[in-house]
Amino acid sequence: MTDSSLAPTHLALVGNPNTGKTALFNALTGSRQKVANYAGVTVERKEGVLTSPSGRVIHVVDLPGTYSLRARSPDEAVTRDAVLGRLAGETPPDVIVCVADATNLRLVLRLALELKQVGRPFVLALNMFDIAQRQGLRIDLEGLSREIGAPIVTTVATRKRGIEDLVVQAEALAGSMPAGENVWHEPSAEEIRHAHSEAQRIMRACVRAPERPDTLTSRIDHVLLQPVAGLVILSAIMFVIFQAVFSWATPVADLIDAGFVLLGDLVGRVVTHDLLRSLLVDGLIAGVGSVLVFLPQIIIVFFFILLLEDSGYMARAAFLLDRLMGVAGLHGRAFIPLLSSHACAIPGIMSARVIDQKHDRLTTILIAPLMTCSARLPVYTLIISALIPNRTVWGFINLQGLVMFGLYGAGLVSGLVVAFIIRRVFWRTASEPFLMELPTYKAPEVRNVLLNLWQRVVIFLNRAGRIILPLMILVWALSTFPYPPEGATGPAIDYSFAGMIGHFIQPLLAPIGFNWQMSIALIPGMAAREVAVATLGTIYAVGDVDGAGGAVLTQIVASQWSLATGLSFLAWYVFAPQCVATLGVVKRETNGWTWPTVMFVYMFALAYLAALATYRGALALGWG
Amino acid sequence: MSEAALPDAAVAPADTGLLSIARVGARGVITRVSAFDGALPAEELERRLLELGFVEGARIEVLEEGLFGRDPIAVKLDDMRVAIRRREAAAILMSYDSRADA
Ligand SMILES: Nc1nc2c(ncn2[C@@H]2O[C@H](COP(=O)(O)OP(=O)(O)OP(=O)(O)O)[C@@H](O)[C@H]2O)c(=O)[nH]1
Ligand SMILES: [Mg+2]
Repeated sequence: MTDSSLAPTHLALVGNPNTGKTALFNALTGSRQKVANYAGVTVERKEGVLTSPSGRVIHVVDLPGTYSLRARSPDEAVTRDAVLGRLAGETPPDVIVCVADATNLRLVLRLALELKQVGRPFVLALNMFDIAQRQGLRIDLEGLSREIGAPIVTTVATRKRGIEDLVVQAEALAGSMPAGENVWHEPSAEEIRHAHSEAQRIMRACVRAPERPDTLTSRIDHVLLQPVAGLVILSAIMFVIFQAVFSWATPVADLIDAGFVLLGDLVGRVVTHDLLRSLLVDGLIAGVGSVLVFLPQIIIVFFFILLLEDSGYMARAAFLLDRLMGVAGLHGRAFIPLLSSHACAIPGIMSARVIDQKHDRLTTILIAPLMTCSARLPVYTLIISALIPNRTVWGFINLQGLVMFGLYGAGLVSGLVVAFIIRRVFWRTASEPFLMELPTYKAPEVRNVLLNLWQRVVIFLNRAGRIILPLMILVWALSTFPYPPEGATGPAIDYSFAGMIGHFIQPLLAPIGFNWQMSIALIPGMAAREVAVATLGTIYAVGDVDGAGGAVLTQIVASQWSLATGLSFLAWYVFAPQCVATLGVVKRETNGWTWPTVMFVYMFALAYLAALATYRGALALGWG
Repeated sequence: MSEAALPDAAVAPADTGLLSIARVGARGVITRVSAFDGALPAEELERRLLELGFVEGARIEVLEEGLFGRDPIAVKLDDMRVAIRRREAAAILMSYDSRADA
């Protein structure tokens, strides 16, 4: 039965960090927002809609987790403003869903007491009830409900259990309870203490200690957090990831590569019109194909990062590295944004919102793009597989993988050095305290991991289609027209626009060993780093007059670039600020053009200097 | 280090001590939370510690410690685990039921 006269209702999900609010949001609305096992995953409000069984339209907002409405960092301010209805142009929530981790109730009960002061009706969702049951935790639901003065539902968000019940309860509240008066104010220390003892009293009355408490987390921690062994294990994990990026992906990448060569061949034979054939084979297949080859690697990076995020290890890594990061003037929590930046700097920069002290946060944002994001992989892999011999060193380490690991290391170390300089020279303020919850370990959800990977594939293909493809048509046109004049002696491409532009800027980049093709590739490469590879693919394919088309870019690079040039290109890409989207996010997160400009200038300068030093050094070693 | 900031630390009974100098294995109950001015004003740090569950009466156990300067430490705080630096842990006084190697 559907009754369209029912007024729509607004729900807001509020609770401590990492209690499953986003998992619940996804279960309620069918969205696919990011869920992971550490505090501070959600950093902005997300809205979704569902229709209840009675036909009412329900708007749900997912909010960043918080321990208190007294917001301290930018993400928590979002939650406070949404709960208090302070956001301009937005309906305040009719009902608050307070999401609790059923196995850790004390803190959320105190938060619930704070929420009560806001005067809006709320329902307590005891999430992770599966874990509570497994532990044999006994909770007197009726008593608890009476004590806090709100209905309670038990849920298992990841299994979509208890969702209907939650909707029913929320709807009933929306219909029956008008919002009361808002008497919330920032609690003083004494008020917080008082609320704690109240929460403690309720706990004693309604919750009995678990019969089978979780001891697994302690046992795992006892290995993973050992002072020395912990750091060794962390380095080993990182090493395996970056080796895997190279060694595991190669067979699949070779297969895709071969597929594109075959496709180019086929199209070359079928299409007889010269210009059209050149557009298809040189422009599209050689260009876009040279980037699609890197899909397996990008999937591998994301796969490992997802495993780390979902298992609960992220917070441990932050714990182990806190002191080391402190030497560089970074906050221990900065580790999480920085590790996420290895997938892509954009979510990394956004997740810096959990850091409340302004200078800590800005430092993290400024160095995040130095981490080796997945868009750099095509560039790195191209050069490595073309110029670094594929052999084994020290018995078991693949040399190409080692160079890849070195490049990751170079990004990380230079980020730390830059942070050190910023914090010791420019902002010498003390860092905020490091207080961080260490979540219970969980086996990563297979479904969650697969779904996330699939999303990445879609995003990657989308980018290939929407950014790289049109750009490649442009690059192809620029490198094909105008035709060379009658009686021209040089290669045709030298007379094209691309040739002219490339030759025009090349003198600027000659000191760092770039040829004209590389010079021009940097320009469309501004859109995204991997576009540079696609551009090289297209330009070389157009320029390659004898080749039947579809010649593999790696082979061209191997035969035409010196090792010094290749290394210089790698050094450039460790630093180059070549991603418009990242600069855009920095502008949004810092509210102005100052910081993106600073970022662009410093990264550009570093890129040039690093490439210069690398090129000159390599020449001196006789690798010219 | 920051112990000096707590005037009455010296007069605390013998079986109590600051969390900042507790060793792995130390176990007990928090008896006082009183912060000092540092990166944050004392009052703000105190509220943050309280909100995270570092409150008088909470059970606490030191689980792990970092490599450099034995910092930070991981503690079990009632039903949750929290990482905290020793600097801020100096705001927390605990009474031991077992002191580990002290
Ligand atoms: N076993 C179990 N795990 C759950 C349940 N709900 C969520 N999780 C897991 O708990 C972790 C945290 O879930 P999220 O939904 O990201 O938590 P959140 O409250 O949105 O976290 P923040 O955005 O950081 O505040 C993830 O690893 C989930 O897979 C549940 O009901 N049962
Ligand atoms: Mg969330």
